[in-house]
Amino acid sequence: MDNVYGAYLCTGCGIGDVLDIDGLKAAASESGMEMKDHSCLCGADGRSFIEKDMADNGINTLVICACSPRVMQKEFNFGDQTITIRGNLREHVAWTASKPAEGEEAAEGVDEFLQEMGCDYVRMAVTRAQKTTLPEPYLLESISRKILVMGGGIGGLTAAREASKAGYQVTLVEKTGVLGGKALNWRKMFPTRYPYAELETPSVGQMIADVTSDSNITVKTETEVARISGAPGQFVVTFKTAGTKSEWDAPAKVGADEQDRIDKGEMEDPNAGLKAYTEQNPDGEMYGAVVLATGWSPADVSEYEHLGYGTLKNVVTNAEFEKLAKEGKVPANVAFIQSPGGKEDDRDFPYCNSVTSMVALKQAQYVRDDNPDGKAYILYQHMRTPGNTELFYKAMQQNDGVFLTKAAVTKVEETGNGLAVQAADTLFGEDLTLNVDMVVLAAGMVPTTVDEPTINLAYRQGPGFMDLDLFDGYADSNFICFPYETRRTGVYTCGGVRKAETMEETIDDATGAALKAIQCIESANRGVAVHPRSGDQTYPDFFFTRCTQCKRCTEECPFGALDDDEKGTPLPNPTRCRRCGTCMGACPERIIGFADYNVDMIGSMVKAIEVPDDDEDKLRVVVFVCENDAYPAIDMSGMHRNKVNRLVRFIPVRCLGSVNMVWIKDAMSAGMDGVLLLGCKWGDDYQCHFVKGSELADRRMQNIGETLGTLGLEPERCAVKQIAISDYDAIPAIIDEFVEEIVELGPNPFKGF
Amino acid sequence: MSDTAGTGAVLVVGGGMSGLTAALEAAEVGNDVYIIDKNPYFGGRVAQLNRYFPKLCPPTCGLEINFRRIKDNRKVRTYTMTTVKSVSGGPGNYEVQLETAPRYVNSNCTACGACAEACTDEIDNAFNFGMNRTKAIYLPHEMAFPRRFVLDKDACSSASLEAVKAACKYDAIDTEMQSKAFTVNVASIVWATGWNPYDPTKMDNLKFGSSPAIITNMMMERMAAPNGPTGGKILRPGDDKEPESFAFVQCAGSRDENHLEFCSYVCCMATFKQMTYIRERYPEAMIYVFYIDLRTPGKYEHFREKLMGDEKAQFIKGKVADIIAEDDGGVTVVAENAVTGAKIQQKVDMCILATGMQPALGEQGKAFGVDMDGNGFVVSDPDKGMIAAGCAKSPADVYTCGQSSTAAALKAIQIGR
Repeated sequence: MDNVYGAYLCTGCGIGDVLDIDGLKAAASESGMEMKDHSCLCGADGRSFIEKDMADNGINTLVICACSPRVMQKEFNFGDQTITIRGNLREHVAWTASKPAEGEEAAEGVDEFLQEMGCDYVRMAVTRAQKTTLPEPYLLESISRKILVMGGGIGGLTAAREASKAGYQVTLVEKTGVLGGKALNWRKMFPTRYPYAELETPSVGQMIADVTSDSNITVKTETEVARISGAPGQFVVTFKTAGTKSEWDAPAKVGADEQDRIDKGEMEDPNAGLKAYTEQNPDGEMYGAVVLATGWSPADVSEYEHLGYGTLKNVVTNAEFEKLAKEGKVPANVAFIQSPGGKEDDRDFPYCNSVTSMVALKQAQYVRDDNPDGKAYILYQHMRTPGNTELFYKAMQQNDGVFLTKAAVTKVEETGNGLAVQAADTLFGEDLTLNVDMVVLAAGMVPTTVDEPTINLAYRQGPGFMDLDLFDGYADSNFICFPYETRRTGVYTCGGVRKAETMEETIDDATGAALKAIQCIESANRGVAVHPRSGDQTYPDFFFTRCTQCKRCTEECPFGALDDDEKGTPLPNPTRCRRCGTCMGACPERIIGFADYNVDMIGSMVKAIEVPDDDEDKLRVVVFVCENDAYPAIDMSGMHRNKVNRLVRFIPVRCLGSVNMVWIKDAMSAGMDGVLLLGCKWGDDYQCHFVKGSELADRRMQNIGETLGTLGLEPERCAVKQIAISDYDAIPAIIDEFVEEIVELGPNPFKGF
Repeated sequence: MSDTAGTGAVLVVGGGMSGLTAALEAAEVGNDVYIIDKNPYFGGRVAQLNRYFPKLCPPTCGLEINFRRIKDNRKVRTYTMTTVKSVSGGPGNYEVQLETAPRYVNSNCTACGACAEACTDEIDNAFNFGMNRTKAIYLPHEMAFPRRFVLDKDACSSASLEAVKAACKYDAIDTEMQSKAFTVNVASIVWATGWNPYDPTKMDNLKFGSSPAIITNMMMERMAAPNGPTGGKILRPGDDKEPESFAFVQCAGSRDENHLEFCSYVCCMATFKQMTYIRERYPEAMIYVFYIDLRTPGKYEHFREKLMGDEKAQFIKGKVADIIAEDDGGVTVVAENAVTGAKIQQKVDMCILATGMQPALGEQGKAFGVDMDGNGFVVSDPDKGMIAAGCAKSPADVYTCGQSSTAAALKAIQIGR
């Protein structure tokens, strides 16, 4: 489409009171657009003013200089075929104007510094519009709507069945010969209904029957996934017989240095005999999305020597005890040990979550059911029965023959014909020795993702999920708000791979994972992004003829969206992409961009800022602002009418990861005196919505600082600060502090060249 | 008025984190969704939290993303100040009568704030649990979505109303606005009605109200929030003293058959989180935590361990029997140590009751055909297209609510298929 531009200026909400309207219009005009003003653009009258102008002049690209783009979206939405660019003159300019002190008259005329700010925002908005094209969604030529579910336990059975009930075809793979997973060994299951007092008969049999009789579901037992290649909507899955090796097994990641050593014969190729990761199996099956429900394995508790597991007969794990209970009678006197013990440590066994407290209560009931005089002793540091599970705990407290106490277990020993458990710090005020027939240790549930890639992706970045050590090995990437995000788009995890869960929670979790898989397929089908930029129609476009195969984009993509060919040229997979622009930020050749967001656009916006070259009072600092958290925080700072340093100019970016270092050079060569990046917290508790963006930006900025140093510019002119969305009242001071440092340094020596 | 949508439309009742999640997850599959909230804003309980545990990140960060998803998605229709009046029909074709209470501020509002400057009347700030006052025309909080003011007309003198009207340049004040009833036709209903803090005055022995030094954990959240009643300062209500000692009373109402028989899931972690609020401001303050069990399972153990390493914090296993108001403005917390048997009388400057979650839907739910358990939690009945999400279903942390409300979205859209 040919862009026909219309520019509009709102003078309402105080904009017209503090800024010179003719001056703003002149700035637009100099940038190539005639701007019309209105006293309230968002009102009905203002919108028809725009609509009429659009109709009269065939306008399809709008520049609206008014309030923040975060508000009035509906009011300024003129249809899918219209581009709307917003200049934020309200929250970022007019509302940051200093107010006269109480009792003082407002200063005469317009503040020159504020006016310059306003003009720059107008110029940047106009420039942005000139560089924006209407996005066209990336549509796959063919798409599979089938869902692959890995793991045939409670989680996998649920995910398969729930996806089927929504009308989707499912293949369920299970590596053993039978469906049901761990639940097959259960004698009883936890209460699932109010009043949560009675154990229930396991429902796994019914779940298996439902799945095997469901015509939407294909079950493959004794089967494993060798590799998954491709991308959402078009995953190509190679199956193999469980326990066998295949030439289609997912290759391990081989870095550039490792490849060098392999080529020189200094290192064995870990992928010898395997098909290259880029090779597609012609016999593979197509799937749209994947649910990973490969569950957990019982933790090894033999490291706790004082508890005697592995050395003393009749010291068993909870999983072993459950099997025993399922197969027959359990002994009459049993101690259930919930925490490894020791006086100083009140932790549970690792990977327990709150499940093992409930397991002990359940198994105590078996002791009571099987033995008229049975006695079950539960020795805990903290009974973890959150939510409604507390009601079962309460019911068991009423059960004669079940003894519960806080206790630090110090030793388990063999006695004549049984075991003696010694414990300290009990609720009985004294140390305790219990003589029992059997000791049950509350071993945790170790997610399969701890030791294995499990998902077996044939991706450039390797077969597994990334950086799971931050999450104790659980398949997670955005703990708290968005539980289903992994760093591999189209792969959603549930059950024991995400945390130790009860069956009830696993059922919810697997249903949620099925929803996400369906949603991913439908989003791929519409050519739009999934969370967090849900619905975004843009995607990164590569100008390959200028690619130098530096591999930075493929290495740095937080989501492994880019594969590469033998030469190292990236092979994009748009449906894996989350549209953060980290690849665009990484590319030294500046060949990656989006229809409405690219290197040239932001670079041009930087250059659109006017830099006075002979006024030491008018230094200029450009601030690249993460639009997810820092930008809203600046908006709210404006709402609070906080004064903001008038030497800075804010430019929103999708994520700090998308900041291309050429913009820093652009800014410096345009005579700007400093560049600041405001983005989300990084580190172990990162808040970056794209996981790695702000961390990568910081690393790149350190490098660019060094480069600037070699040119005779102080590295301190560039900095990154971490901002939370709630820092709105702190932002003005953070910015002032940076600007003061720049003022100390003095003007950019290259100014005016 | 009636509103129509495609088949398979979903109504989500409640616009907190769970409701927003259920609505968005369904809409991003492609279903039409109506989401309503009784408040004049979306965000629910989490909007009042200062930070989340264990990352100590601001909840508004996740809300911002969800609000953006809503703004970008034409499948979602939002209605604030709106409640359910009746439900008829059945799965696949429910007819739900809704009613929107008058906001007295129409969609012309630009949130410029001129009205609040002109308004001369003030009301208790409900968002801050009445710990401060706000103008009678107000934006509920900074991040409020929709960003539109709301007028408490009854609290205004006619002079003040005139001043407010005169101040608005955009003709947004409509004091004649009436409540509006309308009907939606949906295939299924997600109940994400959340929870209210358990009423602390119900526990006689904890003496809430007898001393301003006794506050609830939710009040603590507001106090620690930069946009709260004290601008983020933790001060003793009443005399604004900077407290030198704090007591946390765990299970204030929870795990108690006279009050809430269940465990409210989040209060242990909330207390550990609030210890960090105190430490940031008062490195030397003494902190005493009275608890039954510390329920910080799984990933939360790291957080607990870090905070239990605090040398100026003591953890006492024991239920609090009594709290006595003292003349100097502080209180004495009385308890028995369950391990040592020692009787404890601990004097502190401020005491925080870790009150639990009372399901918010209440008895009226039954009139709408909602199955509820003995504690007032909603029992999902997917075959009937009645689905529970988040804390309406069971006490849970935000992460677990994310799971259950995403699951609810799938159960809801299965009905229309």
